[in-house]
Amino acid sequence: MKFLRYMLLSLLVLPGAGYAALTIEIVGSGANQIPVSILPFVAENSLPQSMTSVVAADLQRSGLFKLIDASAVKTIPAEPGEVSYPEWRGRGAEAIVIGAVAARPDGKLDVRFRLLDVVKQTQLAGFSYTVAPAQLRLTAHKIADVVYEKLTGDVGVFSTKIAYVVKSGKRFELQVSDADGYGAQTVLASNEPLISPAWSPDGSHLAYVSFEKQKPIVYVQSLLNGSRKAVSQFKGNNSAPAWSPDGSKLAVALTKDGNTQIYTINADGSGVKRLTHSSGIDTEPSYAPDGKSIVFTSDRGGSPQIYRIPADGGDVTRLTFDGSYNVTPRYSPDSKSFVFVQRVNGASFNIAVQDMATWQVQLLTDTRKDESPTFAPNGKMILYATEIGGRGVLAAVSSDGRVKQRLTTQAGDVREPAWGPLLKNQ
Amino acid sequence: MNKIVFSALLVSLLAACSSQEVKEQPKAPVESRVPSAADTGAQTSGAQTQGVAVNPLKDPNNILSKRSVYYDFDKYDVKDEFKPMVDAHAKYLGKNTSANVAVQGNCDERGSREYNVALGHKRAESVRKMMNVLGVGDKQIETVSFGEEKPRAECHDESCWKENRRSDIVYQGE
Repeated sequence: MKFLRYMLLSLLVLPGAGYAALTIEIVGSGANQIPVSILPFVAENSLPQSMTSVVAADLQRSGLFKLIDASAVKTIPAEPGEVSYPEWRGRGAEAIVIGAVAARPDGKLDVRFRLLDVVKQTQLAGFSYTVAPAQLRLTAHKIADVVYEKLTGDVGVFSTKIAYVVKSGKRFELQVSDADGYGAQTVLASNEPLISPAWSPDGSHLAYVSFEKQKPIVYVQSLLNGSRKAVSQFKGNNSAPAWSPDGSKLAVALTKDGNTQIYTINADGSGVKRLTHSSGIDTEPSYAPDGKSIVFTSDRGGSPQIYRIPADGGDVTRLTFDGSYNVTPRYSPDSKSFVFVQRVNGASFNIAVQDMATWQVQLLTDTRKDESPTFAPNGKMILYATEIGGRGVLAAVSSDGRVKQRLTTQAGDVREPAWGPLLKNQ
Repeated sequence: MNKIVFSALLVSLLAACSSQEVKEQPKAPVESRVPSAADTGAQTSGAQTQGVAVNPLKDPNNILSKRSVYYDFDKYDVKDEFKPMVDAHAKYLGKNTSANVAVQGNCDERGSREYNVALGHKRAESVRKMMNVLGVGDKQIETVSFGEEKPRAECHDESCWKENRRSDIVYQGE
């Protein structure tokens, strides 16, 4: 059987408690960190998992907050009336989080929290949740999202997911984990390479490229039940899948008519339509958030650069002019910029962003072999793959270049990250 | 099912080979002789025995056992030093019309993975186009690209990178 060549497992492994597939460390921080303290929740130590440590770690990891230690607090306030604001002002906090958990007879838990402004002595936010124990980590992430949004003005992404590929020896695994690296699940394991995972806009499917048939083919796989379909397996190469924002189409790079060009197909694989027409390499399409244009990589001008084309075809505009190698463009969620990889001084590959209006370029990284940038859905962080000490690791940098993170696996090389979408109702 | 087809193909290739060896002298600059009983000095009667003949595709003294074209950085054209090898394979395919090859294009690890999938394809295509010119039809050649995903050498400097900037000619059934 030909299929001995590859192993296909769709494992839906239950998330382990407290096990991080990826460890994340911060190596740089934001300019003005907001001092905040997360007080222990009442009755929290009866839980198998501390919620406030997850909230604090999320906020810490963003690089935008200075976490004020609350471990020395003698009495834990359950209500705002019990809070001694002068004490917290004295500790330098501008905001604090208090909360409580209570077990219910049906086995679920009631979780409630309040975010309080220490200076104004008012409540900024308060929510309560009824959740199963397995949802406690997610609830903590949602609390961190609320704190982040109220204090920075931007949408939080702590309850989103990331996808990435881990290579160990000759084994490749496409994994999905929480944005903080916990709860990794293997959605596909193979003895042949996997690249270019891409999330459907509603988070229900992953498109990816697999070499299991000894050539690149695009698959779309359901994250709900693991079923999958080869949506593009034309003669030659099929790769670089990118979803349209309404989830109805994929843009792909195909060689079926000779050289690598960009085509669109329906998400079920039907209806292939050619989009670009050059005699060079056109690849790496990325849709604008409004679905009306696509940025892509092309060497039609003699070297790989970034171009834009209307999503239904038309005039191509060149966007990059710095240097001789600019590739892998991805639109920012607010459409105002795009992130890409630039080869600098002929030697190192770095992550850069270019402003769509001013065309100004900012280099964001000083690691040397950067690739595959992916925006967080709030546009504030960029996750990418790089190599440190000969190992493949993921790293993240804030879109202003100030905050830097490194994400490593226990074993193997990790690469090809894709940041999942914000989910409307969780 | 596929295994049976491949085995049949391989047997037919071998059968084709053993009748070819005696007549064919490759014109490549590399000295290549198909060893036969006569070379060893021992006198045998009769023609080449069946099944003992060496497959020229696997014979280290035959240019046909060489399968790889190497490329400079960012380049995909077949350099002069590899043309005799591609020529030899084209001639072999011309004489063995049931033989098929896949030309697999590869890149070193630097740069975008997707751009490298495309560049690997250009490398494979450059070999295919050369074979077309030498008379081999596309029915006998498939081009595929592995980009940078299946490196032969995995260190992170030019000593490995140059090994990976490569097209391989692989015969069906190997």
